[in-house]
Amino acid sequence: MANGIKKIETKMSSRTQILAAVLANQPGILPKPAFHPFSPGGEKDLEVFVKTATGIGSTVHFLGGMEEVKALITQKFATGRIISPIAELSEIAELDFAELDAHTLEDVELGVFIAHFGVAENSALWVTEDLLGKRVSPFICQHLMLVVNKNNILQNMHQAYDKIGTANYDFGTFIAGPSKTADIEQSLVLGAHGPRSLAIVVLA
Amino acid sequence: MIQKQKDHASLADDFNKDEDRVGWHDDTLWWIREKRDKIAWQVPDWELLRDAASNIKDHVLSNLNPYLLQFEANAIANGITVHWAADAAEHNQIVLDILREKEITKLVKSKSMLTEECHLNDFLGENGVDVIDSDLGERIVQLAEESPSHIVLPCIHKKKEEIGELFHKHLGTPEGNSDPQLLTEAARHHLRETFLSRKATVTGINFAVAETGEFVICTNEGNADMGAHLADVHIACMGIEKIIPDRKDLGVFLRLLARSATGQPITTYSSHFKKPRQGQEMHIILVDNGRTKQLGREDFRNSLKCIRCGACMNTCPVYRRSGGHSYHYAITGPIGAILAPNLDMEKYADLPFASTLCGSCTNVCPVKIDIHQQLYKWRQVIVQNGYAPKAKELSMKMMAFTLSSPFVYHTAGKMGRAVLKYAPFTLNNKFNPWYKQRDLPEVPEASFGEWYKKNRNKNEQ
Repeated sequence: MANGIKKIETKMSSRTQILAAVLANQPGILPKPAFHPFSPGGEKDLEVFVKTATGIGSTVHFLGGMEEVKALITQKFATGRIISPIAELSEIAELDFAELDAHTLEDVELGVFIAHFGVAENSALWVTEDLLGKRVSPFICQHLMLVVNKNNILQNMHQAYDKIGTANYDFGTFIAGPSKTADIEQSLVLGAHGPRSLAIVVLA
Repeated sequence: MIQKQKDHASLADDFNKDEDRVGWHDDTLWWIREKRDKIAWQVPDWELLRDAASNIKDHVLSNLNPYLLQFEANAIANGITVHWAADAAEHNQIVLDILREKEITKLVKSKSMLTEECHLNDFLGENGVDVIDSDLGERIVQLAEESPSHIVLPCIHKKKEEIGELFHKHLGTPEGNSDPQLLTEAARHHLRETFLSRKATVTGINFAVAETGEFVICTNEGNADMGAHLADVHIACMGIEKIIPDRKDLGVFLRLLARSATGQPITTYSSHFKKPRQGQEMHIILVDNGRTKQLGREDFRNSLKCIRCGACMNTCPVYRRSGGHSYHYAITGPIGAILAPNLDMEKYADLPFASTLCGSCTNVCPVKIDIHQQLYKWRQVIVQNGYAPKAKELSMKMMAFTLSSPFVYHTAGKMGRAVLKYAPFTLNNKFNPWYKQRDLPEVPEASFGEWYKKNRNKNEQ
């Protein structure tokens, strides 16, 4: 018990000590700079998005609707476990995986999710926990497919955060390409710990 | 390993014994620097971005106390437990206490230079906790029982054949196979088991947003996410300087980070952790460990703006040819050389001298830290405090003596030229390191002073 109290005291004192030292040592306040008006968006955002995405190892598919997505999946992934929260894919994918223990997703071959939007300059797609069912799902699957509406391609990260605004997500992530590493002599290898491939579906 | 810590020069000597490797190391890092240039130049307003990042960081440092309080309050409101650690020892103890309370003895850790700075792995190992590093490069140096030699590319000093051998020994890959694809696949399987079985994870933090209490972790491999989303307990460690004011500031930093680091447009994953997932416990440890002291050093405060991209080391002519281990500190290269003396001026007195002051580091820094100027300033502080290496101190005194008297200066010049002309072997021998890989230019007949005197007289005649 005494030990417990002592521990709390130490914690309090470090906090107090650090905050006091910061206050004493921080220089006179410099104003937060006004945000620079960076170059405005281009008309070729979608074109740039596709070029960037394929440049970092993603594939891009222009499709007309979920029926076509279904056909693409059946063609590319004949066997293996597929998860997706997208209702239209119920015939080929598990929809109710969100209730499962995260570890049981270990053998998922393909995960298919909707992305809020994509960013042209780096081909990153923004997804949040509510679109993923489980946080681990876009990381643990062997292959990943993200579906984005053609009208939701933004130019750069400033526009991305303008769009996110004050959205109240619990977890969100930008995903750009398949997981990768170049730690061994700078040789690029796709499929480090996460998906080995990323297929981006751009819906017209 | 009970021996006196070697200094940068002698560690660089060790690295330079293998000339082929030095050339390869140099070329590899320069190639990354070129990738950085190529992608940076594609971004309109790259310089404006650097300005914005630098200004935001200046502002944060000038208002750090309120931002820390705001971040803490928001993180707590989000359901995260916040801890404060004055130094490395306290940081390590907090991690151990959290694990002990849960009776967890196995941990998976993603890349965090802060935990390297605090020597967390050693401490946990001594206390019966098994740590597996999940970043491939860090796992490789861990298996080799080494420290990372670069903050972004931990095993950049290793050849694939050496990695093949390590993996053969530890992960059972075929002997003599050093194919990066095969080795990465072996690591994928090995670490997948680790992710699935470990109940706790430690990660670093790239950016912590005061406005929302969320924090962002950037990886290419997805290892931080695999660890965090499968573990019951997530401990995220950050230096207090990692704060940024608003979520939208991430737009500036995420545009700069990966481009500066590896020449990629962005890392594969930029994950925003705001709340623990249901049933998960999430901790943040805010660490000082000398940062408040550095904040008070006006000349060196700027070093706290660092976002750990590693661009300064990729471009550094000294780092590229001396290797990361020659810096004998967790953060290597030029930025490490201005951070380390703040922690221990005596132990790291050699590091600010491991530079040509060419300024290339400053030119590529995405947050515009005046790195080479700080290196120069550290040299002065170190000499004034009496920590300069003895040989350097002596030669500097000799130089001061020579330069302060015209007579001594001219005589010394004449003598030097005479010696080089008639007895070059007294200088050019194996005891003089200057001649190891180079020669002096031919000795002139006269000094400029003598030449001028003669020619001026000629002209006047």
